[in-house]
Amino acid sequence: MTFGGITLSPEDLRAVVRTVGAVVLTTVGVILSVAYLTYAERKVIGYMQARLGPNRVGRWGLLQPFADVFKLLSKEPVIPDAASRAVFVGAPLLVLTPALAAWAVIPFAPHTAIAPINAGLLYLLALTSLGVYGVILAGWASNSRYALLGAMRSAAQIVSYEIAMGFALVGVLMAAGTLDLGHLVARQAPNILHWYVIPLLPLFFVYFISAVAETNRAPFDVVEGESEIVAGFHVEYSGVMFAMFFLAEYANMILVSTLAATLFLGGWASPFAGLPWGLLAAPGFFWLALKVMILLFCFLWFRATFPRFRYDQIMRLGWKVFVPLTIVWISLEGVALWYRVGPWFAR
Amino acid sequence: MLHDYFGVLVFLIVGAVVGAALLVLGFILAPRHADPVKGAAYECGFEAFEDARIPFDVRYYLVAILFIIFDLEIAFFFPWAVALRELGPAAYAAMAVFFAVLVVGFAYEWRRGGLEWE
Repeated sequence: MTFGGITLSPEDLRAVVRTVGAVVLTTVGVILSVAYLTYAERKVIGYMQARLGPNRVGRWGLLQPFADVFKLLSKEPVIPDAASRAVFVGAPLLVLTPALAAWAVIPFAPHTAIAPINAGLLYLLALTSLGVYGVILAGWASNSRYALLGAMRSAAQIVSYEIAMGFALVGVLMAAGTLDLGHLVARQAPNILHWYVIPLLPLFFVYFISAVAETNRAPFDVVEGESEIVAGFHVEYSGVMFAMFFLAEYANMILVSTLAATLFLGGWASPFAGLPWGLLAAPGFFWLALKVMILLFCFLWFRATFPRFRYDQIMRLGWKVFVPLTIVWISLEGVALWYRVGPWFAR
Repeated sequence: MLHDYFGVLVFLIVGAVVGAALLVLGFILAPRHADPVKGAAYECGFEAFEDARIPFDVRYYLVAILFIIFDLEIAFFFPWAVALRELGPAAYAAMAVFFAVLVVGFAYEWRRGGLEWE
């Protein structure tokens, strides 16, 4: 078969179909995970506050996420008269596309990333940075004061924590010596003692807390601090456009949790690897999913537990605590690498 | 090697298509009734006096500038961290100097109060 001068053999065609199929499957998987993450959030926080959470739609409220989706789809998407229409409609697209496309390089199990590129981590850093453009454009295009204030706060917060997050990634890179996420997980073999969370524990905490701040989740959610600026940058959004911001936020939560599990907690590796326990010690998608769920539970737990930070406290934590902490730890790691300390830096 | 990137291309396209499809679906399915009040910017009930594109705090610019410097620094770190094992002592020394310059800059920024949000 020929497309514009490019000839494809049947094998090529099959590979193309396989890739497209895998991409569609992953996208559906991510969207379904988002749906049930919202359900889990309402249930978990409900029980933590001695309420029942959703329990009307379907058994135990299990169909609640679908009811929410249909409701949002059938609501009118209002575009304010003073808004810049094209940018206003384009912004949610600019937030959602990178939140989905970032999944291309995630290794779900041994040798099962859709695009096992050798610059995987760089690709992720680039795509996750793109989200902030959507936020700032959404806030500006709304032509509303709350939206503009929310967008400025959100952008400044996201870029501040991006620094701490980037330094934490540099720490992982120094230990692993590769940007390929599949190799990165393989380097954390053969057992739990080799997971990077052990030599890089402070960086793991910096990374995970920065991830909470990056996704604008509680207790770092001043960007949508209801009591002062209503809903922040997406105050003017309704219906399906609001749903897209919502989808992107939750997809990003799952993404950063998956990354934390991949970079620090051995990804698809079993915590019992190396022990003679048969299936329990075997690597697989199940382990990655379990680690991601534990981290996501922490997101919900934080939201139910901590009061919201003040904005100046957030900026102070990012710049004056996390950046110096990562600088010190990277320097120490450099020394440890020089002297080939422990099993982590020997290679 | 390049064919590994095909999945990235497909995923970018699928991501954009999913978003666009959602938008189209939302605009088709939902009712649309224009109303002058509905189209006004939200300001807690009263009408907006003027354009919402107000001047904002200059510190946001400062944060943006700082971000660019530090993010570039991280971008320089990436190739060094990957090739660390092959490069030997000279690369260590070079990165130590580079890092020291950055830390001095950071300390200066801190002392001058560039990181204060009262």
